[in-house]
Amino acid sequence: MKRWDVIVVGGGHAGCEAAAAAARLGARTLLVTHKLSTIGEMSCNPAIGGLGKGHLVREIDALDGVMARVADRAGIQFRVLNRSKGPAVRGPRAQADRSLYREAMQTALAAQENLEIRAASVEDIELDDAGRAAGVVTGDGAVLSAAAVVLTTGTFLGGMIHIGEEKVPAGRIGDAASYGLSRTLGQFGFPLGRLKTGTPPRLDGRTIDWSGLEIQPGDDEPAPFSYMTERITTPQIACHLTHTSAAGHDLIRANLHRAPIYTGQIGSTGPRYCPSIEDKIVRFADKSSHQIYLEPEGLDDDTVYPNGISTSLPRDVQQALLGTIPGLENARMVRPGYAIEYDYVDPRALDHSLRTRMIPGLYFAGQINGTTGYEEAAAQGLMAGLNAGLTVAGRAPLILDRADAYIGVLIDDLVTKGVSEPYRMFTSRAEYRLRLRADNADQRLGPIGARIGCLSRERLEAWREKETALRAARDLARSLRASPTALNREGFRIKQDGVVRDAIDLLAFPGVDIAGLARIWPALADLRHEIAEQLAIDGLYQGYMARQDADIEAYRRDDQLILPDDLDYGAVGSLSTEIRQKLQDARPRTIGAAARISGVTPAATVALLRYVRRGMPDARV
Amino acid sequence: MPDTIFALSSAAGRAGLAVIRISGPGAGAALERLTGAVLPDPRHAARAVLRNPESDETLDDGIVLWFPAPYSYTGEDVAELHIHGGVAVVAAVLDSLAAQPGLRLAEPGEFTRRAFLAGKIDLTAAEGLIDLIDAETAAQRRQALRQADGELGRLYDGWRTRLLALLAHFEAAIDFVDEPIPDSLEREVRRGILSVEDELTQHLDDNRRGERLREGVYIAILGAPNVGKSSLLNLLSRRDAAIVSSTAGTTRDVVEVRLDLQGYPVTLADTAGLRDGGDAIEAEGVRRARDRAAQADLKLVLFDLTASPDAASRALIDSDTIVLFNKSDLNDGDMPATGGGAARYAVSVKTGAGIDPFLSALTEAVRERMGPSDTPAITRTRHRSALRDCRDALARAASASQSELAAEDLRLAVRALGRITGAVDVEDLLDVIFRDFCIGK
Repeated sequence: MKRWDVIVVGGGHAGCEAAAAAARLGARTLLVTHKLSTIGEMSCNPAIGGLGKGHLVREIDALDGVMARVADRAGIQFRVLNRSKGPAVRGPRAQADRSLYREAMQTALAAQENLEIRAASVEDIELDDAGRAAGVVTGDGAVLSAAAVVLTTGTFLGGMIHIGEEKVPAGRIGDAASYGLSRTLGQFGFPLGRLKTGTPPRLDGRTIDWSGLEIQPGDDEPAPFSYMTERITTPQIACHLTHTSAAGHDLIRANLHRAPIYTGQIGSTGPRYCPSIEDKIVRFADKSSHQIYLEPEGLDDDTVYPNGISTSLPRDVQQALLGTIPGLENARMVRPGYAIEYDYVDPRALDHSLRTRMIPGLYFAGQINGTTGYEEAAAQGLMAGLNAGLTVAGRAPLILDRADAYIGVLIDDLVTKGVSEPYRMFTSRAEYRLRLRADNADQRLGPIGARIGCLSRERLEAWREKETALRAARDLARSLRASPTALNREGFRIKQDGVVRDAIDLLAFPGVDIAGLARIWPALADLRHEIAEQLAIDGLYQGYMARQDADIEAYRRDDQLILPDDLDYGAVGSLSTEIRQKLQDARPRTIGAAARISGVTPAATVALLRYVRRGMPDARV
Repeated sequence: MPDTIFALSSAAGRAGLAVIRISGPGAGAALERLTGAVLPDPRHAARAVLRNPESDETLDDGIVLWFPAPYSYTGEDVAELHIHGGVAVVAAVLDSLAAQPGLRLAEPGEFTRRAFLAGKIDLTAAEGLIDLIDAETAAQRRQALRQADGELGRLYDGWRTRLLALLAHFEAAIDFVDEPIPDSLEREVRRGILSVEDELTQHLDDNRRGERLREGVYIAILGAPNVGKSSLLNLLSRRDAAIVSSTAGTTRDVVEVRLDLQGYPVTLADTAGLRDGGDAIEAEGVRRARDRAAQADLKLVLFDLTASPDAASRALIDSDTIVLFNKSDLNDGDMPATGGGAARYAVSVKTGAGIDPFLSALTEAVRERMGPSDTPAITRTRHRSALRDCRDALARAASASQSELAAEDLRLAVRALGRITGAVDVEDLLDVIFRDFCIGK
């Protein structure tokens, strides 16, 4: 019987990334999904990236993941968000053609060595005598064997769709939900919870009156997600903006008694940052209008995604609502908006490698862990796939920390704090935001990717070449020094304080840029754009980075102190019942993670240290 | 590189000697600045005059020691200052250390933790540490409760709330770029930062406010009306601090007197007599009295030896209580049972009979509570350095060239306040963002 190293269940964003990652490490990998045709499907809005999310995509790319390259093929409108703000909070984003995205993803997976793909429904997880994951059982009763299993089931676990009074069991509109696995996970004793998310009605673009609507163009020069993409070649389009009106708000208020989120039909928690239109109107009653972005779903597809009016109101109310929106008066609804409730596993049941604490060899990634968003799912898929591959090969797992990457922030938040609403990445979640930038993801993660061996030869060479160029440029810039008097003679307005400054120090001054400095130091003119940009950022952030570096060092020191997985908090002296309970729930991996749990006191931290030291004489404390 | 920390390492209270320890890479430089001289020979005691490096004011004349790494308690560079033990001297030296760049007050247990991590102390030593830190946190909890209820707590919480709202503006504009958040807010936000910074600066300059932080062990005098609570306060403070009259229910509010009890700073609170009924004002007085009882480090519960003990006062007795039976001049009979296991003394506040044994018991109880734990001076210094960090971060935020840099410093400012009032989680911030801004397209 054939045996794989890693089986990935699910063909969404987490599943694709997980399968590709395990295969990149050389693991014989099988991807099992309901339908081959929906691999890489964008179930919600047709866009990739944004603030925090765009950062994740760049990080996935830096470890040679597939999402960035696929999005570059499928992107039909690229915009770097926050161009007017500093580099740390600029986020690349693209509207994507849904079918191009699917095709590009399926092509990328088909080209991946060591990866096999099969259509089947997975109903159960197979365990060996020692209680470790040993494979999966498909709908026809067949057992597929593997040393590790990655589960990426999205919203399919116990999925229930709500459209007004209608309730339909489904994982995505038109696709059956998965109940067998949900039962299995419950039987294993995983703590399950329920979350909700929603989507707006889809419109037929041919029935929209575009004439009076504001146009939102993309960037003149589209910036690719992937460091390996030189240029975007897919044709680019514009989006349009419209808005809700007072008449629409009245209509919604008059129909709240039919809205599942207000009638009690939906009991689970939805995301605060992505409220339905009915929720916005109730909570922000003083606003007479809300923006709607009309996002085309593809170049050859007339479907339009009206971003901003996610709703689970009944079909007739949705249609009537469209009638009150400028440009959509006669729009045909291709498919109604809906809310979907689904099961998720409390991610505190996972360790930092995304492996379940209960069953060795079993990994969870994506929406099953209580997150939302393609990028959050893909980031987890990447890490689960890499870690499954590493573990099967007998190697140590890869754990990124909060100072390495947004991926580290994401996973640390999930496994230590759990979730109370679908978890989405924001840049404000990252303590070390100035360091974790979209522009330096390759420098941050390149060495890590090189070490674990998940980078292609081309990527490795590209990273090394840039690294060398960057180091040379930094050395050069630090060697170019001038006094304020000399600079003043050259026309620079610098404080006359007698301090000799180098080129990077000078770049911190407003109005000083590389081009200006190149007038006195011509060598700077030879730097290529991406290198010069890094020097400018070094200058802009240098005072802040020094402060953050000190913080990071303290954080990492505490995060070196590993707490054992099976630590019995009941046996640790000097802990209050409340703190004991918090630690028990969170099972922090390190002393640092323990200290970050709210309510855990310095005294408790020291008590843990002492206990661990006693229990494990060789532990690094 | 780890930062440099300092703290009072000897027990608090008035003593002949106090030892302040500085540990970390900046310890040597700090010692040089304070003494204005080069470092003494390693591990040799040297006499030195300590001066405030900024004002050049003389702080004390003492002994200093220099232990270069790794031959020190923590394994790092360590400097020790052996100075005179007065509360004011210790506070002044700690303050001038806190004002030096790169130095900060140690967190509870931090020296020992560093020593532990450097492999300098063994388990037996660490065992003792836990008890010590637990005692510290228990005392801090009581103190936090008191401050959270008071003017300072409201002030700090007010600042924190305002800073969070300001930060939420930046964060919302950063993370939700497609949302219509008006640009005009930017100027308003900067004005808001400057106004908090202004208030902080005034607060830091105002020594009078600092008194509340230095009040020491908090003792509440409790009992039924007319048992002699105010007279006891006067006896202890030897001045007319409370209005004394024989009409039941005169002390309707809480009267606090700060005094020096055998070298220990204490605050005595005289409370309204505990009884049911009375008018609304009096009922409020009784409510406040009960609040004070709950927050006090130590309770003096008074009974009248000529009457039977009232139930309301008896209910307050616990292991942090000293029970007094007043008016022993009018009745020399036995003290009736009161339960609760507290020490009991029969006294006459009027004649002074029995006061001496009570006073030594009270002093002992205060000494125990000052113990090796957090001193008022440290508390004040800790707050002061957190407030100073907060103010500095706000000053940078107000002049930052980019919104993410302003946000960075605002975060540090909120975190600094959080060191006093309790940590702030990113969820608190997201709560404000999602409450105040309609976000989500």
